[in-house]
Amino acid sequence: MRPEMTAITPGTAPRSSPRGNAARARMLRSLLPALSLALVLIAIAWLNPRAISYFGFNLMLNLAIPIALATIAQMFVIAGNELDLSIGTFVGFVGCVTATWLRDAPLIGVLVLLGSIGVYALLGALIHLRNLPSIVVTLGMSFVWQGLAILVLPKPGGKAPDWLLSIMSFKPPYIPFPILAALLIAVVVHFGLMRTSYGVILRGSGGNAAALRRAGWSLLRAKIALFALTGLFGVLSGMALIGITTSADANIGNGYTLLSIAGVILGGGEFVGGRVSPIGAVLGALTLALAASPLLTFMHIPPDWQVAANGAILIIVLAARVLISRRER
Amino acid sequence: MDDRVSLSMLKANTDIVRLNGAEKHFGAVRALNGVDFHVGAGECVGLVGHNGAGKSTLMHMVAGTLRPDGGEIAVRGNAEASYSVARALELGIRCVFQELSLCPNLSIAENTRINHPSMIGFGWRRKAADLIRAKLDEIFPEHGISADDIAGDLSIGRRQMVEVARAFTLTSEPLHLVILDEPTSSLDAHTAGQLLAFVRRFVEAGGSCILISHVLGEVLQNADRIVVMRDGKVVAADAASAFDRDRLVAAMGGAEGHHKAAAEARKAETGPLRVKARPARQEDGKELVARAGEIIGLAGLAGHGQTDLLLAIFSAASRAKTGVEVTAPVALVAGDRQSDGIFSQWSIAQNIGIRSLRSLRNGLLISPQREAELAETWKKKIGIRTPDMNNNIYSLSGGNQQKALFARALGSDAEIVLMDDPMRGVDIGTKLEVYDLVREEAAKGRTFLWYTTETEELDNCDHVYVFKNGRIVANLRRDELTEEKIIQSSFGDAA
Repeated sequence: MRPEMTAITPGTAPRSSPRGNAARARMLRSLLPALSLALVLIAIAWLNPRAISYFGFNLMLNLAIPIALATIAQMFVIAGNELDLSIGTFVGFVGCVTATWLRDAPLIGVLVLLGSIGVYALLGALIHLRNLPSIVVTLGMSFVWQGLAILVLPKPGGKAPDWLLSIMSFKPPYIPFPILAALLIAVVVHFGLMRTSYGVILRGSGGNAAALRRAGWSLLRAKIALFALTGLFGVLSGMALIGITTSADANIGNGYTLLSIAGVILGGGEFVGGRVSPIGAVLGALTLALAASPLLTFMHIPPDWQVAANGAILIIVLAARVLISRRER
Repeated sequence: MDDRVSLSMLKANTDIVRLNGAEKHFGAVRALNGVDFHVGAGECVGLVGHNGAGKSTLMHMVAGTLRPDGGEIAVRGNAEASYSVARALELGIRCVFQELSLCPNLSIAENTRINHPSMIGFGWRRKAADLIRAKLDEIFPEHGISADDIAGDLSIGRRQMVEVARAFTLTSEPLHLVILDEPTSSLDAHTAGQLLAFVRRFVEAGGSCILISHVLGEVLQNADRIVVMRDGKVVAADAASAFDRDRLVAAMGGAEGHHKAAAEARKAETGPLRVKARPARQEDGKELVARAGEIIGLAGLAGHGQTDLLLAIFSAASRAKTGVEVTAPVALVAGDRQSDGIFSQWSIAQNIGIRSLRSLRNGLLISPQREAELAETWKKKIGIRTPDMNNNIYSLSGGNQQKALFARALGSDAEIVLMDDPMRGVDIGTKLEVYDLVREEAAKGRTFLWYTTETEELDNCDHVYVFKNGRIVANLRRDELTEEKIIQSSFGDAA
């Protein structure tokens, strides 16, 4: 999670030991996601000490796993300078498939989910080949996924497959399952995107696409890979969500679009330039999950105001980030 | 060129790359007009020419990033039908473009990996880091760059060092020819010397190199053979020892050196002061001075601070700025019409009126009638060819779009008109019409600051400031203005 988060534009680094300053600022910024999570945790501990327990974390971070997976999904498209506005309804669609076909006719369910990842890959190809704005394409797709979800499951219901339920209700000793899962997601994606040799190409496609093309790489393939990874993690998110809620609803994932974008940015990612951080994104998702309702409930903020308060927290954290990145100029 | 017929059979085996009759058009512009070019093994070829002479286009073809429209390309004697970047790399041909090819979000080691498809599997990070570190140590001892540094954090000079070193790193792909496009443009004299010494060692060991540089001394001292390009053609090619500075300059600029007699002796340095500006990087006392009724040229190689100064003058008109004094309203005619000039959704009339909204206003609203009057006046005056000024601006040809932008500036209250190389890609007929108009307006007392990359346009100017590295290096009066002089000052080796 360290170095890839700088926001220094070439040539604007200060004169005196520019890299020293840049490295320090980057350090600060990479700590920010962890810092904001710590702040939220401290606030919760102060408001309600009993929440900081095995049971408390299990309860508070209940929905953190699907949010973290959706955030990771969003992070892949953002790494390629694109944005996915359909991830929320896609998660909902996956949820509906999971609660119906995946239980009743597993083979069809698996095929449909694999096919939906294929659709994502095709979208990546379309966006690259026709040079379309991803915002427009994915906004359109969000209605498609929503419609499909309603077709699959016209009214709330269905039931998650038993194996999924048992995975999601797994209770490891000492460490609450959501924390363990978040750790696992962060480490796996960090290794895949930040440490492997092809991960470099994927991030490079967001950093300087022309340079990659000149080095003989296929930008089409990179974009397809990024979108397919988004689809894959979207599927995982939808399945995890249904494993927790046990039944589905076509609108169940709608909030995830903006949550996932906020999580990536909160985690130190940037909209352009291929600067993303998987560990930061997971931390950002956890922060959002905690700030979303447990913290606000403990603060005795009525539910009517919680959404607005949630937004205020987001603005405060992002403002802190801007302040830090301005200092490095 | 001269050895093409008799020695071609003999040479074929030692040629790394050979282009015959290469052609490339961009729209109506002929960037390359039947060029023969070759590089032999163990040879450093210097390539020189003015901006737009076709050097970069030619190099893009050798590197495989551009496909020729005509002609053929052969590598080591074998014709390449479907030549591409990947194929060029496979054949050991690499190119260092001007500081554009690093990913700013990746580390130096990661950037190195991008150029080596074979660098995969466990331990690739360490391998990449060792590879680039060793090469940097070899070329630039005491470079002070770590393989873990993020490219975006490095100064532009260091980025250029990394990029050059990266091109010379070796894994499983062969390395026969490296194209260096202005490799020293951001390096100081010391590191530039280190690089050029390394290039010589590389060539002596049997490698080949194409060296493009605007510093003629570098080319004369380090190339074995020099190729001079002009207007999309090779105009001279000979052993480096056969050239000296003057012969190179003459070949680049056309030896005829058409001397323009100062036809109209114009009133000089009498009108009221309109602009006085010192470039931000100017260290001596030189500054640009423009008086009412003058046409001032800004010359020199592209991107050497001319546009920056124009923009500084433009912003000084609305907000005080140190070193720049502006005494009258200013309008700017942008060079990049599509991105900086045109409102693409608007009509021609609206595009013309935008600079003059204050005079077009009727109460709180814009009077469509006055807007139409303004547009109609300028349609006649400048000759915009359209049936209806309410048509979308894109209904016009490129030259007429540019005329509309001139009308926007000239139709306004601006007494100072800044022109940022506005004639790029405009046909000669339109150009001549606009030149007349500019002279006519200047005679009425308007001041023009005209940055242009086309030397002939400078003949319209009263005097010309030549820029180099963001500074004014020469101030030539109209009667002492020759293309050779401009080239001489813009290629001056004093850093």
